[in-house]
Amino acid sequence: MRDDLIDLLWEGLRQTLYMVFWSSIFALAIGLALGVTLVVTDKGGILQAPKLNKVLSFVINSVRSLPFIILIVLLLPFARWVVGTTLGPTAAIVSLSIGAAPFLGRIIENSLKEVGAGKIEAAKSVGASPWTIIFRVLIPEALPALVRGMTIAVIGIVEFTAVAGAIGAGGLGSLAIRFGYQRFREDILFATVVVIIALVQGIQWTGDGIAKAIRRRRFTPE
Amino acid sequence: MIVIRDLNKSYPSAAGAVRALENVNLTIQKGDIFGIIGFSGAGKSTLIRCLNRLEEPDSGSISIEGTVITDLREKELRLARRKIGMIFQQFNLLDSKTVFDNVAFPLKVAGHPKEYVRKRVREILELVKLGDKEKAYPSQLSGGQKQRVGIARALANEPDVLLSDEATSALDPQTTYSILELLADINRQLGLTIVLITHELDVLQHICRNMAVIEQGRIVETGPVDKLFLHPESDTARRFVGILESYRRRGYILEGAGAGI
Repeated sequence: MRDDLIDLLWEGLRQTLYMVFWSSIFALAIGLALGVTLVVTDKGGILQAPKLNKVLSFVINSVRSLPFIILIVLLLPFARWVVGTTLGPTAAIVSLSIGAAPFLGRIIENSLKEVGAGKIEAAKSVGASPWTIIFRVLIPEALPALVRGMTIAVIGIVEFTAVAGAIGAGGLGSLAIRFGYQRFREDILFATVVVIIALVQGIQWTGDGIAKAIRRRRFTPE
Repeated sequence: MIVIRDLNKSYPSAAGAVRALENVNLTIQKGDIFGIIGFSGAGKSTLIRCLNRLEEPDSGSISIEGTVITDLREKELRLARRKIGMIFQQFNLLDSKTVFDNVAFPLKVAGHPKEYVRKRVREILELVKLGDKEKAYPSQLSGGQKQRVGIARALANEPDVLLSDEATSALDPQTTYSILELLADINRQLGLTIVLITHELDVLQHICRNMAVIEQGRIVETGPVDKLFLHPESDTARRFVGILESYRRRGYILEGAGAGI
Protein backbone atom coordinates (compact mmCIF):
# COMPACT_ATOMS: atom_id res chain seq x y z
CA MET A 1 0.00 0.00 0.00
CA ARG A 2 1.36 3.38 -0.96
CA ASP A 3 0.37 6.82 0.32
CA ASP A 4 -1.40 7.89 -2.89
CA LEU A 5 -4.05 5.22 -2.35
CA ILE A 6 -6.44 7.23 -0.23
CA ASP A 7 -6.23 10.30 -2.46
CA LEU A 8 -6.81 8.29 -5.61
CA LEU A 9 -9.70 6.39 -4.06
CA TRP A 10 -11.29 9.53 -2.73
CA GLU A 11 -11.08 11.25 -6.10
CA GLY A 12 -12.48 8.16 -7.83
CA LEU A 13 -15.35 7.83 -5.38
CA ARG A 14 -16.17 11.51 -5.66
CA GLN A 15 -16.37 11.24 -9.46
CA THR A 16 -18.41 8.06 -9.30
CA LEU A 17 -20.89 9.58 -6.86
CA TYR A 18 -21.14 12.67 -9.02
CA MET A 19 -21.88 10.58 -12.11
CA VAL A 20 -24.27 8.22 -10.34
CA PHE A 21 -26.18 11.05 -8.70
CA TRP A 22 -26.81 13.16 -11.79
CA SER A 23 -27.30 10.22 -14.15
CA SER A 24 -29.86 8.77 -11.75
CA ILE A 25 -31.77 12.04 -11.62
CA PHE A 26 -31.81 12.50 -15.39
CA ALA A 27 -32.49 8.84 -16.09
CA LEU A 28 -35.31 8.89 -13.56
CA ALA A 29 -36.89 11.95 -15.17
CA ILE A 30 -36.71 10.42 -18.65
CA GLY A 31 -37.60 6.94 -17.37
CA LEU A 32 -40.67 8.23 -15.51
CA ALA A 33 -41.90 9.95 -18.65
CA LEU A 34 -41.29 6.77 -20.65
CA GLY A 35 -42.86 4.44 -18.08
CA VAL A 36 -45.95 6.59 -17.60
CA THR A 37 -46.38 7.01 -21.35
CA LEU A 38 -46.09 3.25 -21.88
CA VAL A 39 -48.76 2.57 -19.27
CA VAL A 40 -51.31 5.23 -20.22
CA THR A 41 -51.04 4.66 -23.98
CA ASP A 42 -51.38 0.90 -23.67
CA LYS A 43 -54.59 -0.79 -24.82
CA GLY A 44 -57.22 -0.07 -22.18
CA GLY A 45 -55.04 2.68 -20.68
CA ILE A 46 -56.37 6.09 -19.70
CA LEU A 47 -54.96 7.74 -22.85
CA GLN A 48 -55.02 4.80 -25.25
CA ALA A 49 -52.73 5.24 -28.26
CA PRO A 50 -51.62 1.78 -29.43
CA LYS A 51 -49.45 3.09 -32.30
CA LEU A 52 -47.47 5.47 -30.11
CA ASN A 53 -47.16 2.67 -27.57
CA LYS A 54 -45.69 0.28 -30.12
CA VAL A 55 -43.22 2.81 -31.51
CA LEU A 56 -42.04 3.80 -28.04
CA SER A 57 -41.73 0.20 -26.99
CA PHE A 58 -39.63 -0.56 -30.08
CA VAL A 59 -37.28 2.38 -29.41
CA ILE A 60 -36.84 1.32 -25.78
CA ASN A 61 -36.09 -2.26 -26.75
CA SER A 62 -33.60 -1.09 -29.36
CA VAL A 63 -31.64 1.10 -26.95
CA ARG A 64 -31.73 -1.65 -24.33
CA SER A 65 -30.42 -4.25 -26.71
CA LEU A 66 -27.18 -2.33 -27.32
CA PRO A 67 -24.26 -3.22 -25.08
CA PHE A 68 -23.62 -0.17 -22.94
CA ILE A 69 -20.07 0.35 -24.13
CA ILE A 70 -21.30 0.61 -27.72
CA LEU A 71 -24.06 2.98 -26.70
CA ILE A 72 -21.47 5.28 -25.13
CA VAL A 73 -19.49 5.38 -28.35
CA LEU A 74 -22.65 6.05 -30.35
CA LEU A 75 -23.58 8.87 -28.00
CA LEU A 76 -20.15 10.56 -28.03
CA PRO A 77 -21.11 13.16 -30.65
CA PHE A 78 -24.27 13.91 -28.71
CA ALA A 79 -22.30 14.27 -25.47
CA ARG A 80 -19.92 16.68 -27.21
CA TRP A 81 -22.86 18.70 -28.46
CA VAL A 82 -24.44 18.88 -24.97
CA VAL A 83 -21.43 19.45 -22.71
CA GLY A 84 -18.67 20.35 -25.18
CA THR A 85 -16.41 17.36 -24.52
CA THR A 86 -16.39 13.58 -24.71
CA LEU A 87 -14.06 13.05 -21.75
CA GLY A 88 -14.60 13.16 -18.01
CA PRO A 89 -17.50 12.49 -15.67
CA THR A 90 -19.75 15.25 -17.01
CA ALA A 91 -19.64 13.88 -20.54
CA ALA A 92 -20.33 10.41 -19.17
CA ILE A 93 -23.49 11.63 -17.45
CA VAL A 94 -25.06 12.24 -20.87
CA SER A 95 -24.48 8.64 -22.00
CA LEU A 96 -25.30 7.17 -18.61
CA SER A 97 -28.62 8.99 -18.41
CA ILE A 98 -29.68 7.97 -21.89
CA GLY A 99 -28.38 4.43 -21.42
CA ALA A 100 -30.22 3.88 -18.14
CA ALA A 101 -33.48 5.69 -18.99
CA PRO A 102 -35.07 2.90 -21.09
CA PHE A 103 -34.26 0.38 -18.36
CA LEU A 104 -35.86 2.64 -15.76
CA GLY A 105 -38.78 3.17 -18.13
CA ARG A 106 -39.49 -0.56 -18.17
CA ILE A 107 -39.11 -0.88 -14.42
CA ILE A 108 -41.46 2.04 -13.85
CA GLU A 109 -43.92 0.63 -16.39
CA ASN A 110 -44.01 -2.66 -14.48
CA SER A 111 -44.55 -0.95 -11.13
CA LEU A 112 -47.35 1.24 -12.44
CA LYS A 113 -49.10 -1.72 -14.06
CA GLU A 114 -49.44 -3.30 -10.62
CA VAL A 115 -51.87 -0.56 -9.58
CA GLY A 116 -55.34 -2.15 -9.59
CA ALA A 117 -57.65 -1.21 -12.44
CA GLY A 118 -60.39 -0.67 -9.86
CA LYS A 119 -58.52 2.22 -8.26
CA ILE A 120 -58.19 3.92 -11.62
CA GLU A 121 -61.88 3.38 -12.30
CA ALA A 122 -62.79 4.82 -8.93
CA ALA A 123 -60.77 7.92 -9.78
CA LYS A 124 -62.43 8.13 -13.19
CA SER A 125 -65.85 7.77 -11.58
CA VAL A 126 -65.34 10.95 -9.53
CA GLY A 127 -64.36 12.86 -12.66
CA ALA A 128 -60.56 12.83 -12.36
CA SER A 129 -58.60 13.81 -15.47
CA PRO A 130 -55.86 11.56 -16.86
CA TRP A 131 -53.27 13.97 -15.48
CA THR A 132 -54.76 13.75 -11.99
CA ILE A 133 -54.94 9.97 -12.23
CA ILE A 134 -51.23 9.80 -13.15
CA PHE A 135 -49.98 12.06 -10.38
CA ARG A 136 -52.48 11.43 -7.59
CA VAL A 137 -53.31 7.76 -8.14
CA LEU A 138 -50.85 5.82 -10.30
CA ILE A 139 -47.56 7.16 -8.95
CA PRO A 140 -48.46 7.38 -5.24
CA GLU A 141 -50.10 3.94 -5.25
CA ALA A 142 -47.06 2.37 -6.93
CA LEU A 143 -44.53 4.25 -4.80
CA PRO A 144 -43.05 1.34 -2.78
CA ALA A 145 -42.55 -0.69 -5.97
CA LEU A 146 -41.17 2.37 -7.74
CA VAL A 147 -38.60 2.92 -5.00
CA ARG A 148 -37.49 -0.71 -5.15
CA GLY A 149 -37.25 -0.53 -8.93
CA MET A 150 -35.27 2.68 -8.79
CA THR A 151 -32.85 1.07 -6.35
CA ILE A 152 -32.15 -1.67 -8.88
CA ALA A 153 -31.66 0.96 -11.58
CA VAL A 154 -29.28 3.11 -9.51
CA ILE A 155 -27.16 0.05 -8.80
CA GLY A 156 -27.22 -0.63 -12.53
CA ILE A 157 -25.96 2.92 -13.07
CA VAL A 158 -23.06 2.31 -10.64
CA GLU A 159 -22.14 -0.65 -12.81
CA PHE A 160 -22.46 1.47 -15.96
CA THR A 161 -20.15 4.15 -14.51
CA ALA A 162 -17.48 1.51 -14.01
CA VAL A 163 -17.84 0.51 -17.66
CA ALA A 164 -17.79 4.15 -18.74
CA GLY A 165 -14.56 4.48 -16.74
CA ALA A 166 -12.91 2.24 -19.29
CA ILE A 167 -13.26 4.88 -21.96
CA GLY A 168 -12.33 8.02 -20.13
CA ALA A 169 -15.21 8.82 -17.83
CA GLY A 170 -13.15 8.84 -14.64
CA GLY A 171 -14.43 7.45 -11.36
CA LEU A 172 -13.74 4.18 -9.57
CA GLY A 173 -14.03 2.06 -12.74
CA SER A 174 -11.37 4.07 -14.49
CA LEU A 175 -9.17 3.89 -11.39
CA ALA A 176 -9.39 0.11 -11.31
CA ILE A 177 -8.46 -0.14 -14.98
CA ARG A 178 -5.78 2.56 -15.22
CA PHE A 179 -3.98 1.68 -11.99
CA GLY A 180 -5.10 -1.78 -11.03
CA TYR A 181 -4.94 -3.36 -14.47
CA GLN A 182 -2.57 -1.28 -16.56
CA ARG A 183 -0.04 -0.49 -13.78
CA PHE A 184 -0.37 -3.67 -11.74
CA ARG A 185 -1.41 -1.82 -8.60
CA GLU A 186 -3.26 -4.65 -6.92
CA ASP A 187 -3.84 -2.60 -3.77
CA ILE A 188 -5.82 -0.09 -5.81
CA LEU A 189 -7.76 -2.76 -7.66
CA PHE A 190 -8.69 -4.44 -4.41
CA ALA A 191 -9.58 -1.19 -2.62
CA THR A 192 -11.74 -0.09 -5.55
CA VAL A 193 -13.69 -3.31 -5.44
CA VAL A 194 -14.26 -2.91 -1.72
CA VAL A 195 -15.51 0.65 -2.15
CA ILE A 196 -17.84 -0.30 -5.01
CA ILE A 197 -19.27 -3.19 -2.98
CA ALA A 198 -19.84 -0.86 -0.03
CA LEU A 199 -21.46 1.71 -2.30
CA VAL A 200 -23.85 -0.84 -3.83
CA GLN A 201 -24.74 -2.25 -0.40
CA GLY A 202 -25.42 1.26 0.85
CA ILE A 203 -27.72 2.05 -2.06
CA GLN A 204 -29.64 -1.21 -1.68
CA TRP A 205 -29.98 -0.70 2.06
CA THR A 206 -31.25 2.86 1.61
CA GLY A 207 -33.75 1.84 -1.08
CA ASP A 208 -35.07 -1.06 0.97
CA GLY A 209 -35.36 1.22 3.98
CA ILE A 210 -37.38 3.83 2.13
CA ALA A 211 -39.71 1.26 0.52
CA LYS A 212 -40.24 -0.43 3.87
CA ALA A 213 -40.98 2.86 5.62
CA ILE A 214 -43.64 3.74 3.06
CA ARG A 215 -45.24 0.33 3.34
CA ARG A 216 -45.11 0.41 7.12
CA ARG A 217 -46.94 3.73 7.19
CA ARG A 218 -49.66 2.47 4.86
CA PHE A 219 -50.08 -1.10 6.01
CA THR A 220 -49.40 -1.26 9.74
CA PRO A 221 -52.45 -2.43 11.66
CA GLU A 222 -53.55 0.08 14.27
CA MET B 1 -84.84 10.62 -13.25
CA ILE B 2 -82.70 8.20 -15.24
CA VAL B 3 -83.89 7.21 -18.69
CA ILE B 4 -82.17 4.45 -20.64
CA ARG B 5 -83.23 4.00 -24.25
CA ASP B 6 -82.33 1.13 -26.60
CA LEU B 7 -78.97 0.55 -25.02
CA ASN B 8 -76.69 -1.96 -26.74
CA LYS B 9 -73.23 -3.14 -25.89
CA SER B 10 -71.21 -6.04 -27.20
CA TYR B 11 -67.70 -7.32 -26.59
CA PRO B 12 -65.43 -8.90 -29.11
CA SER B 13 -64.42 -12.43 -28.19
CA ALA B 14 -62.75 -15.42 -29.81
CA ALA B 15 -66.16 -16.86 -30.69
CA GLY B 16 -67.42 -13.62 -32.23
CA ALA B 17 -69.12 -10.64 -30.59
CA VAL B 18 -70.83 -11.32 -27.28
CA ARG B 19 -73.88 -9.17 -26.74
CA ALA B 20 -73.68 -7.98 -23.16
CA LEU B 21 -76.68 -5.65 -23.41
CA GLU B 22 -79.52 -5.91 -25.89
CA ASN B 23 -82.01 -3.09 -26.40
CA VAL B 24 -82.18 -2.17 -22.77
CA ASN B 25 -84.95 0.27 -21.88
CA LEU B 26 -85.37 1.42 -18.33
CA THR B 27 -86.76 4.40 -16.44
CA ILE B 28 -85.73 5.05 -12.86
CA GLN B 29 -87.57 7.69 -10.87
CA LYS B 30 -85.77 10.41 -8.92
CA GLY B 31 -85.29 9.43 -5.28
CA ASP B 32 -85.93 5.74 -5.91
CA ILE B 33 -83.81 2.86 -4.68
CA PHE B 34 -83.71 0.72 -7.77
CA GLY B 35 -82.27 -2.78 -7.84
CA ILE B 36 -81.07 -4.66 -10.88
CA ILE B 37 -80.80 -8.37 -10.23
CA GLY B 38 -79.39 -11.15 -12.35
CA PHE B 39 -77.11 -14.16 -12.31
CA SER B 40 -73.41 -13.88 -13.05
CA GLY B 41 -72.74 -12.85 -16.61
CA ALA B 42 -76.26 -11.53 -17.17
CA GLY B 43 -74.90 -8.06 -17.98
CA LYS B 44 -75.87 -6.20 -14.83
CA SER B 45 -72.36 -4.91 -14.18
CA THR B 46 -72.01 -3.74 -17.79
CA LEU B 47 -75.34 -1.96 -17.51
CA ILE B 48 -74.50 0.01 -14.36
CA ARG B 49 -71.03 0.85 -15.70
CA CYS B 50 -72.61 2.30 -18.81
CA LEU B 51 -74.46 4.82 -16.65
CA ASN B 52 -71.27 6.78 -15.94
CA ARG B 53 -69.59 5.47 -19.08
CA LEU B 54 -66.88 3.45 -17.43
CA GLU B 55 -68.09 1.25 -20.28
CA GLU B 56 -68.93 2.91 -23.58
CA PRO B 57 -72.24 1.66 -24.96
CA ASP B 58 -72.33 0.84 -28.68
CA SER B 59 -75.67 2.53 -29.24
CA GLY B 60 -78.66 3.93 -27.40
CA SER B 61 -78.97 6.80 -24.98
CA ILE B 62 -78.78 7.42 -21.25
CA SER B 63 -79.99 10.57 -19.61
CA ILE B 64 -79.57 11.41 -15.94
CA GLU B 65 -81.49 14.36 -14.51
CA GLY B 66 -81.90 15.74 -18.00
CA THR B 67 -78.24 15.44 -19.01
CA VAL B 68 -77.77 13.10 -21.94
CA ILE B 69 -74.71 11.23 -20.69
CA THR B 70 -74.18 9.41 -23.96
CA ASP B 71 -73.78 12.71 -25.88
CA LEU B 72 -71.10 14.19 -23.65
CA ARG B 73 -67.53 14.82 -24.74
CA GLU B 74 -64.65 13.73 -22.54
CA LYS B 75 -64.43 16.98 -20.53
CA GLU B 76 -68.17 17.34 -20.08
CA LEU B 77 -68.36 13.71 -19.02
CA ARG B 78 -65.81 14.37 -16.28
CA LEU B 79 -67.97 17.22 -14.98
CA ALA B 80 -71.09 15.05 -15.15
CA ARG B 81 -69.37 12.22 -13.26
CA ARG B 82 -68.97 14.47 -10.23
CA LYS B 83 -72.73 14.25 -9.85
CA ILE B 84 -72.82 10.46 -10.26
CA GLY B 85 -71.25 8.74 -7.26
CA MET B 86 -70.18 5.13 -7.51
CA ILE B 87 -69.27 2.42 -4.99
CA PHE B 88 -67.60 -0.86 -5.80
CA GLN B 89 -67.49 -4.46 -4.65
CA GLN B 90 -63.75 -4.23 -3.94
CA PHE B 91 -64.10 -0.71 -2.43
CA ASN B 92 -61.23 0.59 -4.61
CA LEU B 93 -59.83 2.92 -2.00
CA LEU B 94 -56.37 4.40 -2.47
CA ASP B 95 -53.89 2.70 -0.13
CA SER B 96 -51.52 5.65 -0.34
CA LYS B 97 -54.07 8.01 1.18
CA THR B 98 -55.66 8.28 4.61
CA VAL B 99 -59.41 8.03 5.03
CA PHE B 100 -59.53 11.82 5.05
CA ASP B 101 -57.57 12.11 1.80
CA ASN B 102 -59.58 9.39 0.10
CA VAL B 103 -62.77 11.31 0.78
CA ALA B 104 -61.09 14.61 -0.05
CA PHE B 105 -59.93 13.28 -3.43
CA PRO B 106 -63.14 13.99 -5.41
CA LEU B 107 -63.41 17.41 -3.77
CA LYS B 108 -59.86 18.30 -4.80
CA VAL B 109 -60.58 17.01 -8.28
CA ALA B 110 -63.54 19.39 -8.38
CA GLY B 111 -61.19 22.22 -7.37
CA HIS B 112 -62.78 23.18 -4.07
CA PRO B 113 -60.78 25.42 -1.67
CA LYS B 114 -58.98 23.74 1.22
CA GLU B 115 -61.27 25.10 3.91
CA TYR B 116 -64.36 23.78 2.21
CA VAL B 117 -62.72 20.40 1.59
CA ARG B 118 -61.87 19.99 5.27
CA LYS B 119 -65.36 20.97 6.38
CA ARG B 120 -67.09 18.76 3.83
CA VAL B 121 -64.90 15.69 4.51
CA ARG B 122 -65.58 15.90 8.27
CA GLU B 123 -69.29 16.36 7.64
CA ILE B 124 -69.54 13.37 5.32
CA LEU B 125 -67.38 11.16 7.57
CA GLU B 126 -69.81 11.94 10.40
CA LEU B 127 -72.67 10.87 8.15
CA VAL B 128 -71.08 7.47 7.53
CA LYS B 129 -70.08 7.23 11.20
CA LEU B 130 -66.33 7.23 10.66
CA GLY B 131 -65.56 10.57 12.28
CA ASP B 132 -62.82 8.99 14.41
CA LYS B 133 -61.02 7.29 11.52
CA GLU B 134 -59.92 10.20 9.35
CA LYS B 135 -56.21 9.59 9.96
CA ALA B 136 -56.34 5.81 9.40
CA TYR B 137 -55.18 4.15 6.19
CA PRO B 138 -57.55 1.80 4.33
CA SER B 139 -55.49 -1.25 5.33
CA GLN B 140 -56.32 -0.49 8.95
CA LEU B 141 -60.09 -0.72 8.39
CA SER B 142 -62.54 -3.61 8.30
CA GLY B 143 -64.48 -4.40 5.11
CA GLY B 144 -67.56 -2.57 6.34
CA GLN B 145 -65.52 0.49 7.30
CA LYS B 146 -63.81 0.47 3.91
CA GLN B 147 -67.16 0.48 2.17
CA ARG B 148 -68.27 3.38 4.38
CA VAL B 149 -65.23 5.31 3.17
CA GLY B 150 -66.21 4.33 -0.39
CA ILE B 151 -69.69 5.69 0.24
CA ALA B 152 -68.29 8.89 1.77
CA ARG B 153 -66.05 9.37 -1.26
CA ALA B 154 -68.97 8.78 -3.62
CA LEU B 155 -71.13 11.30 -1.76
CA ALA B 156 -68.51 14.00 -1.28
CA ASN B 157 -69.56 16.06 -4.30
CA GLU B 158 -73.26 15.84 -3.45
CA PRO B 159 -74.27 13.66 -6.39
CA ASP B 160 -77.80 13.24 -7.71
CA VAL B 161 -77.28 9.54 -8.24
CA LEU B 162 -75.38 6.81 -6.43
CA LEU B 163 -74.41 3.72 -8.40
CA SER B 164 -73.66 0.60 -6.41
CA ASP B 165 -71.74 -2.11 -8.26
CA GLU B 166 -72.24 -5.17 -6.00
CA ALA B 167 -71.19 -3.00 -3.06
CA THR B 168 -72.12 -5.55 -0.41
CA SER B 169 -71.05 -8.75 -2.18
CA ALA B 170 -67.67 -8.87 -0.45
CA LEU B 171 -69.15 -8.31 3.01
CA ASP B 172 -70.54 -10.70 5.60
CA PRO B 173 -74.33 -10.69 6.15
CA GLN B 174 -74.24 -8.52 9.24
CA THR B 175 -72.01 -5.91 7.65
CA THR B 176 -74.13 -6.05 4.51
CA TYR B 177 -77.14 -5.23 6.63
CA SER B 178 -75.46 -2.20 8.22
CA ILE B 179 -74.28 -0.89 4.84
CA LEU B 180 -77.78 -1.29 3.40
CA GLU B 181 -79.22 0.57 6.38
CA LEU B 182 -76.72 3.36 5.73
CA LEU B 183 -77.71 3.53 2.06
CA ALA B 184 -81.40 3.64 3.00
CA ASP B 185 -80.65 6.44 5.50
CA ILE B 186 -78.75 8.42 2.91
CA ASN B 187 -81.58 7.98 0.44
CA ARG B 188 -84.03 9.34 3.02
CA GLN B 189 -81.82 12.20 4.22
CA LEU B 190 -80.41 13.39 0.92
CA GLY B 191 -83.15 12.23 -1.43
CA LEU B 192 -80.64 10.94 -3.96
CA THR B 193 -81.45 8.18 -6.41
CA ILE B 194 -79.69 4.87 -5.75
CA VAL B 195 -79.18 2.30 -8.48
CA LEU B 196 -77.71 -0.95 -7.31
CA ILE B 197 -76.92 -4.23 -8.92
CA THR B 198 -76.85 -7.43 -6.96
CA HIS B 199 -77.26 -11.16 -7.14
CA GLU B 200 -78.61 -11.29 -3.61
CA LEU B 201 -82.39 -11.29 -3.14
CA ASP B 202 -81.84 -10.13 0.40
CA VAL B 203 -80.46 -6.83 -0.81
CA LEU B 204 -83.43 -6.24 -3.10
CA GLN B 205 -85.92 -7.15 -0.45
CA HIS B 206 -84.17 -5.07 2.17
CA ILE B 207 -83.92 -1.64 0.61
CA CYS B 208 -85.15 -1.56 -2.99
CA ARG B 209 -88.54 -0.20 -3.96
CA ASN B 210 -88.38 -1.03 -7.64
CA MET B 211 -86.34 -3.49 -9.57
CA ALA B 212 -85.48 -4.95 -12.92
CA VAL B 213 -84.43 -8.50 -13.73
CA ILE B 214 -81.70 -8.89 -16.33
CA GLU B 215 -81.14 -12.09 -18.25
CA GLN B 216 -78.57 -12.54 -21.02
CA GLY B 217 -78.33 -8.81 -21.55
CA ARG B 218 -82.05 -8.20 -21.72
CA ILE B 219 -84.39 -6.70 -19.17
CA VAL B 220 -87.00 -9.42 -18.74
CA GLU B 221 -89.04 -8.07 -15.90
CA THR B 222 -89.45 -4.77 -14.10
CA GLY B 223 -91.71 -3.36 -11.42
CA PRO B 224 -92.04 -3.00 -7.65
CA VAL B 225 -89.94 -5.45 -5.61
CA ASP B 226 -93.05 -7.00 -4.01
CA LYS B 227 -94.24 -8.09 -7.41
CA LEU B 228 -91.05 -10.06 -8.04
CA PHE B 229 -91.48 -11.98 -4.83
CA LEU B 230 -95.23 -12.57 -5.20
CA HIS B 231 -95.62 -13.03 -8.95
CA PRO B 232 -92.29 -13.71 -10.57
CA GLU B 233 -92.71 -13.76 -14.35
CA SER B 234 -89.24 -14.21 -15.80
CA ASP B 235 -87.13 -17.32 -15.65
CA THR B 236 -84.45 -15.66 -13.59
CA ALA B 237 -86.91 -14.26 -11.09
CA ARG B 238 -88.61 -17.65 -10.72
CA ARG B 239 -85.30 -19.34 -10.17
CA PHE B 240 -84.26 -16.77 -7.58
CA VAL B 241 -87.53 -16.99 -5.70
CA GLY B 242 -87.65 -20.75 -6.26
CA ILE B 243 -84.37 -21.27 -4.45
CA LEU B 244 -85.78 -19.37 -1.51
CA GLU B 245 -89.03 -21.31 -1.60
CA SER B 246 -87.35 -24.70 -1.70
CA TYR B 247 -85.32 -23.78 1.37
CA ARG B 248 -88.41 -22.66 3.17
CA ARG B 249 -90.13 -25.95 2.36
CA ARG B 250 -87.13 -27.99 3.42
CA GLY B 251 -86.94 -26.06 6.66
CA TYR B 252 -90.62 -26.78 7.20
CA ILE B 253 -90.07 -30.50 6.76
CA LEU B 254 -86.92 -30.62 8.84
CA GLU B 255 -88.49 -28.79 11.74
CA GLY B 256 -91.56 -31.00 11.63
CA ALA B 257 -94.98 -29.75 10.56
CA GLY B 258 -95.39 -26.34 11.97
CA ALA B 259 -93.05 -26.83 14.88
CA GLY B 260 -91.55 -23.60 16.07
CA ILE B 261 -93.75 -21.44 13.86
